[in-house]
Amino acid sequence: MSFLYQLAPNLEALGAELIKCIGQTFRMIFVSGIISFICGLLLGVLLIVTKKGGIMQQTVVYNILDKLIDIIRSIPFIILMVLLIPVSRALLGTGSGVTGSYVALIFGTVPFFARQIESVLSDVDYGLVEASASMGFSPIEMIFHVYLKESIPGITRVTMITFVSLIGITAMAGAIGAGGLGDFAIRYGYQMGYRDMIWVTVIIILIIISIIQGIGNIIIRRTTH
Amino acid sequence: MIRMEQVSKTFQTAAGTVQAVKDVNLHIREGEVFGIIGFSGAGKSTLVRCINLLERPTTGHVMIDGLDLTTLAEKQLREERRKIGMIFQHFNLLRSRTVYQNIAFPLKKSSLSTEEKHKKILALLELVGLSEKKDAYPSQLSGGQKQRVAIARALANDPKVLLCDEATSALDPQTTKSILNLLRKVNETLKITIVIITHEMSVVKDICDRVAIMEHGIVVEEGTTENVFVHPREKVTRDFISTAGNVDKIYELIQQGNELTRLQPGEKMLMLTYSANNAGEPLISYLKEAFDITANIIYGNIDILKGKAIGKLVVTLSGTPENMEKAIAYIGEHKVEMEVIAQ
Repeated sequence: MSFLYQLAPNLEALGAELIKCIGQTFRMIFVSGIISFICGLLLGVLLIVTKKGGIMQQTVVYNILDKLIDIIRSIPFIILMVLLIPVSRALLGTGSGVTGSYVALIFGTVPFFARQIESVLSDVDYGLVEASASMGFSPIEMIFHVYLKESIPGITRVTMITFVSLIGITAMAGAIGAGGLGDFAIRYGYQMGYRDMIWVTVIIILIIISIIQGIGNIIIRRTTH
Repeated sequence: MIRMEQVSKTFQTAAGTVQAVKDVNLHIREGEVFGIIGFSGAGKSTLVRCINLLERPTTGHVMIDGLDLTTLAEKQLREERRKIGMIFQHFNLLRSRTVYQNIAFPLKKSSLSTEEKHKKILALLELVGLSEKKDAYPSQLSGGQKQRVAIARALANDPKVLLCDEATSALDPQTTKSILNLLRKVNETLKITIVIITHEMSVVKDICDRVAIMEHGIVVEEGTTENVFVHPREKVTRDFISTAGNVDKIYELIQQGNELTRLQPGEKMLMLTYSANNAGEPLISYLKEAFDITANIIYGNIDILKGKAIGKLVVTLSGTPENMEKAIAYIGEHKVEMEVIAQ
């Protein structure tokens, strides 16, 4: 421990605060990450199956989703956060703190992730879809057994990319009082000028990303044949 | 077995309406191997997809064992599709699954017990000769092996019909042969009706009982393979036949005045067409014995079509004018089709 304090002298005083902030970041990542994953996957699948020539073609649905995603994606996250404060208040009763950040984090992640899922799923060979149709599979069965099952490596890859971007925006969410590592780095590293705290934050974030990346790579290796 | 009545399919494209299949009437009999041949863009792939309604015909009916598929609701249609196996040019195997899992895939919807499914998959692997590859992934297989897996997979639900869409077009000639042999075996041992789409005449020649020739979405000619081969009516059919052999090259040689085709005064050059019922006759030696006519074989292409020899022979005859006449009359009487192509 004393060795760590030698490297980062402010850790002694701020250690407890740092741990609290790590916890906040984890809560943001977990809650909004899981919800975003489910919603993004669902949207990505909807985009693929409803588009022209898709297995459940619904051009109107596709066009609405397509435009909606483009609109949300074009709003810078920091503005999106402010914009969504009333939505968060209506849904969760608060527009600030960790809980108040979920809505913004989800809206900031889902469109990005859905687009990437769409691109991964569109790489599935249409021949496979045709083959499964010839075997009597229904569109829903094709989504699960062909589109999703065949795309596990691709889905894992874009999940990792999205995860990194999610960590990026959780740092920004600190600006509306969500706390977390970003907030910690700004408060102590920037406003108080503790350089060592910046380094500590960077290292922690790198460790989190490396662990996730490592798990992702294992999944990709195991599922790519 | 399969009856297509007035089947048409039109596509709306940016460039306008494309009629891929026009008023096709076909009757494919139970237990036969039926070929549909055409150059690319002829509409044959669309036509075969109309059989299992992967492409729903714009107009017309598709009957399988008397059941009109075009009238079925989606759910019933899916049930019926399980009785129609299909294989493809690019195999369409699931990359994330092993050979065993690929064959198990269509059985997901089967009512068989796990044990029965397992036995079935092993039997299919045995049939296609890939038992030792059961845990391999498609990326570890050769093209021929992939197509074998696809065949096993298509047979998993005990279909009555197997549709083959350019199934050998991505394979080399030797592998093509082995896949065709396997299809023959499937046809003979399992009594499955097979429909083969191809642009290779050699495929039709090797395996099909009957054949339909397609051009611009229309079936222009149809008949037993022997008949179509020996008596082609349409130009496109002759084009296909000449891709399989290349007897027609002789015309080019004549035109170029090639030495091979140069005739002495009084000689005639004949093209003899052997059909299934006369190819065994010792015509050439008889001409010498009976008429003292020397027949010099310039070019020949005799094929074995389902165990019968058919094909064409280009010969030059030389002898006295009277004998020549008698000889030609004799050939004409002996059911060998004959055409004097130069004299």
